[in-house]
Amino acid sequence: MNDSNSLYQDAIKQFAQAAHGHGHLAEASGDAKLDNPLCGDRVRVQVDVASGRIMAVAHETKGCLLCRAAASAIGARAVGQDEAGIEAVADSLESMLKNGAPAPAGWPELSMFEPARNFPSRHRCVLLPFRALMAALRNSSLPHRKVGAGDTAMPST
Amino acid sequence: MSMAPASLRDEFPLLAATPQLHYLDSAATSQIHRLALDAVVRHETTRRANVSRGTYRLAEAADLAYEQARQTAARFLNATSADEVIFTSGATASLNLVAHSFGSALKAGDRVVISVAEHHSNFVPWQMLRERTGIELAVIPVTASGQLDLTSLPELIDSRCRLVAVTQCSNVTGAWTDVATLVAAARKVGAKVLLDGAQAVQHGPQNVRALGIDFYAFSGHKCFGPGGVGVLWGRGELLAAMPPFLTGGGMIGEVTAEATTWAAPPQRFEAGTPPIAQAVGLAAALEWMMSLDWPQIHAREARLCELLIEGLRRVPGLRLLGPEASARLAPIVSFEIAGLHPHDICQVLDAHQLALRGGHHCAQPLMAALGAEVCTRASIALYNDEADIEALLDGLDFVLRELA
Repeated sequence: MNDSNSLYQDAIKQFAQAAHGHGHLAEASGDAKLDNPLCGDRVRVQVDVASGRIMAVAHETKGCLLCRAAASAIGARAVGQDEAGIEAVADSLESMLKNGAPAPAGWPELSMFEPARNFPSRHRCVLLPFRALMAALRNSSLPHRKVGAGDTAMPST
Repeated sequence: MSMAPASLRDEFPLLAATPQLHYLDSAATSQIHRLALDAVVRHETTRRANVSRGTYRLAEAADLAYEQARQTAARFLNATSADEVIFTSGATASLNLVAHSFGSALKAGDRVVISVAEHHSNFVPWQMLRERTGIELAVIPVTASGQLDLTSLPELIDSRCRLVAVTQCSNVTGAWTDVATLVAAARKVGAKVLLDGAQAVQHGPQNVRALGIDFYAFSGHKCFGPGGVGVLWGRGELLAAMPPFLTGGGMIGEVTAEATTWAAPPQRFEAGTPPIAQAVGLAAALEWMMSLDWPQIHAREARLCELLIEGLRRVPGLRLLGPEASARLAPIVSFEIAGLHPHDICQVLDAHQLALRGGHHCAQPLMAALGAEVCTRASIALYNDEADIEALLDGLDFVLRELA
């Protein structure tokens, strides 16, 4: 149990522990790996996209609780979404963290990160899996798909 | 002069203003001493002018303060001459200066020897030099506990070796380097020795002549001075033979449309306006350090370090990284706790007024050798006391409860 001011809400711990979507896709149309060079967090996201929608998603996440919980939220919620929808969620999540906006529509569980608003250095931990997902989706839309994971450092936020 | 530890904390404005804070991140940045801060303010409010360019009295006062700061740094290092002291922006800039300037005389097949224990700032410049010139870069391995494995020296430091560039003290494990053995091996083959003193300087004045080395680099912000200033010391005859790294104003002999000649060291290596007030502040910090009873401080730091290690050994799931306490150590203690990420650990500790750093500490090759990607680090300085250690051990209890 913890109070509402605590960064480590039970929901975050539960999502991180559940690790929804953790693993590897045998067939992926998009694949991206992002690092946070400042702390060593690393997320690899694979997606299988058909007709513009995510049919399957998997991630391998090495990182803190916030990073793992965000990746797990993606694993639980991203299937069925399209690239524009994911981009809107990622933008909305960033706005929630930086500007105090409400949690992204349709992803109420992301309100578990609201206490992270007070800790700017941790925003990138939450956003890293979403940026990796966006990179994987961009890969997926490229012609001649089936690319390997690319090593990319996440830009500072 | 001997000072009671309780009064030391009061001499640091930030610590004096935040008595509840347990600052255990001095390996990243030490707190600034009041005398250093005062010296910066005094300089900026009474002597602020550019150096080496003016004949008016204010500029001459700035010149004098800056050159006195150089002399202070030379005394802190026991250098032969103040002309061997170059002010830079920090240890990273100092190390890059050597890699570019001394490195420019190296050629394909020459060898530079570093170690696995280096901070990235003494790793990457040499990798870049290898790309530019084709030098060989040899890396001294570390033992399982992170100490330099000197059994490899005969094969690494051979006739091809031109420079041995190693840390004086690990920023992750606190392990001190056996400099004498390295210097002896380098001298046998005519190689030079560069010490990265970034972690060592906050633990007392240095003696570059007794160490027998050729270059020494450190940062002001890690020895109770301001940020934005550092020092490269180099043997006079070596500096005299080295070309400039950065070019611009202040480092020339004469510029014509056809060619430029260089000023003598140290000005040759201080292109542009140097960090004048910061150098003056650093000198105040170094003067203060030279007034302290270091054997007493070392004994105290060692006692605190031992107390911390003893307490950490009782934390369930905690693994200490680095040598056993019996080895010669700076008071830097790194650890990992099974299942917990250092960022989460540090975040919870912060809520209990504890400032520690988690991550790879810009030493990824060493972390890999220690079998960890990231870790949590507590670093102790002369203003820490038993209360800081007790608070950390209590804080880790909270960590285990909060993150379980």
